[in-house]
Amino acid sequence: MSGDHLARTDATALFHELTRSNLPATRRWYLVVGLLALVVLWGLGCFVYMMKAGMGVTGLNRPVMWGVFIATFVFWIGLSHSGTLISAILRLTNATWRAPILRGAEAMTAFTLMVGGLFPLIHIGRNWRFYYMIPYPNSRELWPNLRSPLMWDAVAINTYLLGSLTFLYFGMIPDLAIARDHATGWRKRFYTVLALGFRGTHNEWRRYHVASTIFAILIIPVAVSVHSIVGWDFAMAKVPGWHSTIFAPYFVTGAIFSGIAGVVLVMAALRKAFRLEKTLTTVQFENLGKLLCMMSLLWGYFYFAEFLTVWYNRNPEEWEVFRSYGGHYLPLWLSMFVCNFAIPFPMLCMRRVRRSIPALCTASFLVVVGMYAERILIVVPSLARRNDPFIWNNYFPTWVELSILASAVAMFLLLYIVFAKLFPIVAVSDVQERLFQATDRAVGGTTVESLARPEAHGEGGRG
Amino acid sequence: MKHKWAMAIDLDRCTGCGACVAACVAENNIPTAGEAEVEKGRSMQWIRVARYWDGEYPEANAVYLPVPCMQCERAPCETVCPVYATYHNEDGLNAMVYNRCVGTRYCANNCPYSVRVFNWRDHAWEKPLDEQLSPDLSVRSRGVMEKCTFCIQRIRRAREQAAAEVRPIRDGEVVPACVQTCPPGALLFGDLDDPHSEIARKLKDPRRFRLMEHLGTEPRVVYLKRQKGAGL
Repeated sequence: MSGDHLARTDATALFHELTRSNLPATRRWYLVVGLLALVVLWGLGCFVYMMKAGMGVTGLNRPVMWGVFIATFVFWIGLSHSGTLISAILRLTNATWRAPILRGAEAMTAFTLMVGGLFPLIHIGRNWRFYYMIPYPNSRELWPNLRSPLMWDAVAINTYLLGSLTFLYFGMIPDLAIARDHATGWRKRFYTVLALGFRGTHNEWRRYHVASTIFAILIIPVAVSVHSIVGWDFAMAKVPGWHSTIFAPYFVTGAIFSGIAGVVLVMAALRKAFRLEKTLTTVQFENLGKLLCMMSLLWGYFYFAEFLTVWYNRNPEEWEVFRSYGGHYLPLWLSMFVCNFAIPFPMLCMRRVRRSIPALCTASFLVVVGMYAERILIVVPSLARRNDPFIWNNYFPTWVELSILASAVAMFLLLYIVFAKLFPIVAVSDVQERLFQATDRAVGGTTVESLARPEAHGEGGRG
Repeated sequence: MKHKWAMAIDLDRCTGCGACVAACVAENNIPTAGEAEVEKGRSMQWIRVARYWDGEYPEANAVYLPVPCMQCERAPCETVCPVYATYHNEDGLNAMVYNRCVGTRYCANNCPYSVRVFNWRDHAWEKPLDEQLSPDLSVRSRGVMEKCTFCIQRIRRAREQAAAEVRPIRDGEVVPACVQTCPPGALLFGDLDDPHSEIARKLKDPRRFRLMEHLGTEPRVVYLKRQKGAGL
């Protein structure tokens, strides 16, 4: 980001460099969007077919009543813990390197939540009656059952989605104002409406900083509670392997872990696609790599703590579940362990890997795969090896389930690509602010970036 | 008048014949899922006769354990249902409201006995099998959960009969289909609130135990332990 310091010389050039994603759509863009839309449509078709024919078209059975839909739900909600949470923490800790990744990460949260939130609805047997779970006035005076963790889930995820969307939009207002000032045609009208008349006066900026600090503080407990509650969907149940007090913090850790890996991959893709090499530098990637390394260690610690207690205790019901990790579910268990810990942790301990974007992306991709394996491993074996050995049964997803999973990935990418086309995908004003604070100083024979930043309390509005 | 319906299952008497399963299917409009579906673990039967092997071949003995819904007093299935589709009724039974069920299948996961069955598909009764459908209860559509009800339609009929004759329900007046059919008489049904009922006396047997009692679900189905030794 240092180097030529465009901001101080030419704000317009900086804006154009950071908003390449908003250039008029090319034929290739339409091609990609069209392909993704096709995959989404295919998944939609599969969903309608499943709705018509019944859940029998999945691989589910008794006792494995929950399968990949629920595992995928947990996975997507986990991925959502990257953006808003990281962005909020970085804002609060005033990490100076945060600026270029804020927007991309926050957008990722919004879209992973939208996609993940669909899965409980896809999963239920009578999707067309989903509104029974909404507390609406009805003649039978029936209310949803708030003792059910599923209701906690619905409340938490909706809160987080609304909060994240607000956070995303709010953080974007100054950038929308900049975009408005540069745009013409329909984009001008579009940004004018969305920028809410932001002009960049001192007073507006002061309020903006106060509000974004408050948002950042409020969103952190929401994010933590969301994945705790997703963990409690399982931990509250009388199912050996699920019923565990460690699940809430373990799920939050796993969520942040996979979320950071997701952010790395998205950032690398944005950097490549929109030639943001000057903005997204190794500084950002190395710092994300450090976070990923720490989360890998933390995840390993949680898994070890959970495993050790069950292994030592040998409570027969729980031990049967854990034994299946070494039997029928060994491939899944190995993918989890190798991809989450055995490879990424030693890899990320090396500075060379953290500073190399392809290597970091490899590690992140492994983590995403490993965390997906972990989600399946949590949902399926505990059900498949439950209490009564007479009904033990295995589970494998069918083509219908796999199609819907694929279309969810396509839907996420589609939402992201369309978002990047319409909105500034890099937080222009934050990058600008960061560049204004930086100066190059000659130290000995080399040039070093020196950073002047406001006092921590000064940003709160009093300064 | 309140009742505390309960079932006793004498494992000494159970021969594992499966007549209870057949009777239950006939009584409760339970569809036959077909061989392929059953192989996938999608049998629709409300009572299963679990078979375990005791000892090694050739001295192996089959041990049978009929498992209907335990009608738990502290039922784990009820708390997790987001829409109150399964609830505790006035007689302390776990009742299902099929029309309210959205099919989250959480109840089935939270049932330690795995006795809840899910309608993975719509089921059809080909002619003339549709003639056997009981008009006393509904046919369940795809996407809803169902399970043993202790033949709630028979309990209701007995209650109406007793009310019409202005008398309490007599002991032995309510007989679920499985109990009625069991050839060796291993199953017994009755009201635990009535201290003179046959089941109240039978459950004084020191052989009594409840399935997975340590989970604290307080099942209304009580087993009488199988005795090893002569005659088995």
